[in-house]
Amino acid sequence: MKRYSAFSIIKNGLAGHKHWERAWRDPKPKKAYDVIIIGGGGHGLATAYYLAKNHGITNVAVLEKGWLGGGNAGRNTTIVRSNYFREGNTAFYEHSLKLWEGLSQDLNYNVMFSQRGHLNLYFTPAQRDALARRYNTMRLNGIDGDWLTRDQVRKMVPHLNYAEDARYEIMGGYLQKRAGTARHDAVNWGFARAASNLGVDIIQQCEVTDFITKAGRIVGVNTTKGEIRAEKVGMAVAGSTSLLAHKAGLGNLPIESHKLQAFVSEPLKPFLDTVVVYANGHGHFYISQSDKGGMVFGGNIDGYNSYAQKGNLPIYTDVASCAMNIMPALGRIKVLRQWAGIMDMSMDGSPFISKTKIPGLYLNAGWCYGGFKATPGSGWCFAHTIAHDAPHEINKLLTLDRFEAGIHIDESGHGPFPKAH
Amino acid sequence: MLRIDCPVCGIRDHSEFSYGEDASITYPELSNTDRQAWYEAVFLRDNPRGLHLERWHHVQGCRQWLIVARDTLTHDISSVTLAHPKAASQLKAPRKLTKGNAGKASSASKTAMSKNAANGVAS
Ligand SMILES: Cc1cc2nc3c(=O)[nH]c(=O)nc-3n(C[C@H](O)[C@H](O)[C@H](O)COP(=O)(O)OP(=O)(O)OC[C@H]3O[C@@H](n4cnc5c(N)ncnc54)[C@H](O)[C@@H]3O)c2cc1C
Ligand SMILES: [Zn+2]
Repeated sequence: MKRYSAFSIIKNGLAGHKHWERAWRDPKPKKAYDVIIIGGGGHGLATAYYLAKNHGITNVAVLEKGWLGGGNAGRNTTIVRSNYFREGNTAFYEHSLKLWEGLSQDLNYNVMFSQRGHLNLYFTPAQRDALARRYNTMRLNGIDGDWLTRDQVRKMVPHLNYAEDARYEIMGGYLQKRAGTARHDAVNWGFARAASNLGVDIIQQCEVTDFITKAGRIVGVNTTKGEIRAEKVGMAVAGSTSLLAHKAGLGNLPIESHKLQAFVSEPLKPFLDTVVVYANGHGHFYISQSDKGGMVFGGNIDGYNSYAQKGNLPIYTDVASCAMNIMPALGRIKVLRQWAGIMDMSMDGSPFISKTKIPGLYLNAGWCYGGFKATPGSGWCFAHTIAHDAPHEINKLLTLDRFEAGIHIDESGHGPFPKAH
Repeated sequence: MLRIDCPVCGIRDHSEFSYGEDASITYPELSNTDRQAWYEAVFLRDNPRGLHLERWHHVQGCRQWLIVARDTLTHDISSVTLAHPKAASQLKAPRKLTKGNAGKASSASKTAMSKNAANGVAS
């Protein structure tokens, strides 16, 4: 692999950009691998990369039924943060954020990680107190978080709705400065290129249709490109998790598939240099501006089980009214595109990076709508779990059987109702 | 917008309803103390891509719980029935409630509520 550098850009630029080598190989599948990863989203690709890089396991295939980044990895609103409260999540998301901080260098690929800050607004004393509890817990865990007064918020983002007769009056905010956004496609491509360079085979248009077991152990998978053998198989298929789990014989999982929409506006001149979010009785809303200028925003999930990658109108209007509530200046901006992805919503809103009851089969799922930020950490921990047949200290609570033991990692306190997380 | 044909109110937008999740689950009797049975009912889901039985609560209409059969891929709704037909029949009866049947209706909807509680329905 030729390394990307300022020099390579100039050189290739002078040659009319005709001689860039392809970013990752496009091999035919071999008959057998040491490890098969199902799902070429961010998590599957990151897992393959860290298997090769951290554990020296390079005889790895990533099998993707469509194309890289065609799932949630290429559909998300790209927010990266580690402002979590519950044991099990705190250390994991902070570990992931630390990996983000060195990711472009590590992958030799500009993932455009921008630590522009993540500002969580509050409108009532009760919200202030709940967030104070969360952000104080973060600080005790060594995660950065600051409390801003209304005036400080106003100084930082002057064009929010500060009207005193606003339906919800901004009282202040909590800021995680190290949080921000990254370019989702670049993350997928960067992991794919770096993994391929270390020997990983990335095989697109290859759907896993079934599992092959021998004496209760996994020994391979059937795919639309034939049978492929491996003693270890890791699943990272996000919204399709239950479908494959049934085929593997894992039975029902603590997961429901729901859809989440995202929206992007026509490009604007620089307008917002941080991520602004809020969740109150009125709604749930998050917004940032992409480097191309589009306002990227979203809100709640549609709220009923779905495998249709298309959104429904009520959330569209909800999100639009949330936008107007907080940023009336957006009123005349046109929405350019809108889409949806299928999320693996878990029963407590927290993920699984876990062994399963089938030896040789590992599960990475339950990301709800927060798995983009987890991409490097998830791959790192899943690779460890697969390589050692045991979880790392950091993901040891994110087990599939935790509900059986009465353990919930429930950030929002909503209980076992996936639509509410 | 999903359009749900409520047996009491007629076709309405789904934004009038609250989603009550998987209706195919049989919850254990309240007296059942088997952990595994409760674990499976409360936490595990079939999560099909295709036909899904689910509860919807007509919160901004008749306030009846409905059982809806819907395809989770196409969103086509193939049937809508009342979860608690007895309670609903009390409701549908005369619009003008006399003292007598008002009492009946409320006791019937109480049974409906306690049934929902037993079914673990979130409202
Ligand atoms: C609209 C939206 C906004 C979001 N916003 C954010 C955000 O701001 N911040 C954040 O942290 N997270 C966000 N998320 C969540 C995040 O995108 C996901 O949690 C994360 O991308 C999931 O992991 P993944 O990248 O591996 O998933 P995916 O990209 O969905 O990867 C799974 C892959 O598995 C493949 N697959 C499925 N079945 C098979 C099979 N049988 N054989 C082979 N391959 C198969 C699929 O084709 C897919 O490519 C958002 C999600 C959506 C939909
Ligand atoms: Zn009704």
